[in-house]
Amino acid sequence: MAAETLATSSGVSAEVPDSEVIAAIRAGDTSQFEVLVRRYQPRLFATVRRYARQEREVEDIVQEIFLKAFTKLDSWRGEAPFEHWLMRLAVRTCYDFLRSHQRNREHAVSELNADEESWLERQAAPASGEADTSAAQSLIAKVLAQMSPAHRLVITLLELEDRSIKEIAELTGWSVPLVKVRAFRARLEMKKILSRMEVEKYL
Amino acid sequence: MNLDPVLNSLLESARRQKPSDRVPYAFEQRVMARVRDLRPPDRLSLWTVGLWRAALSSVAVAVVLVGANAVVPDASGERTPEEQLEVAVVASADPVVELWDR
Repeated sequence: MAAETLATSSGVSAEVPDSEVIAAIRAGDTSQFEVLVRRYQPRLFATVRRYARQEREVEDIVQEIFLKAFTKLDSWRGEAPFEHWLMRLAVRTCYDFLRSHQRNREHAVSELNADEESWLERQAAPASGEADTSAAQSLIAKVLAQMSPAHRLVITLLELEDRSIKEIAELTGWSVPLVKVRAFRARLEMKKILSRMEVEKYL
Repeated sequence: MNLDPVLNSLLESARRQKPSDRVPYAFEQRVMARVRDLRPPDRLSLWTVGLWRAALSSVAVAVVLVGANAVVPDASGERTPEEQLEVAVVASADPVVELWDR
């Protein structure tokens, strides 16, 4: 009966608490895992798209997160919301992805296109106006692609997702002082990359 | 060039851009298909994996010992390997007294 109420119809499943869905899965009804997948896949796709640009990679990472969640479901104690537990898993999987692709980052395209160059010039001018958003976004993508995995992760969580230092520490498993140090160094690294791009522009 | 305002502006711009939460068609079915493949391993396969690992470790240890034996010179220095083999083979045929004399 309980399993019926947990049917995969999204309208019904949205009302069933995560804890009940997980209890059903633990009891052996693995098909109920689909409820969790449907519920959290948009959130995970949005998160993972900050770290991987190719859609195929994004799909593989999200799939890996869900498979890890399924195999480690017994380690969820129910003390914190399932979503927090899942996001921790997601952030760590994304970090692993960044580390495994670390060798490729040196080959990332660092040349600036015309729009990015003009954006940088406008920013350098004393009275620069409203920035061209798409050029800026393309530029930040290039900067992030050249950063070390740890620095990229901390900048993404801190600056782009507006998370607190404490939250980042919980998500990554790093200590609070380590997060602070990495955040400081990450900004330095970004400035260094920007400066190099600026220099290369005139070479 | 002061890069702090540039960096802040860049981050501000990136913050405004929210990544899409679009999910590919039937993605949950793809995940569930993989979940169904994740069957718990049976005891026999666990034993097989364990035994294979033990066998490989044993072979590795044997190779290391054989290598070490070949490199390290014979400490006895009395008989060549051929002589040692001969002694071992004919030991049962030799009179005890003779063996003690050697």
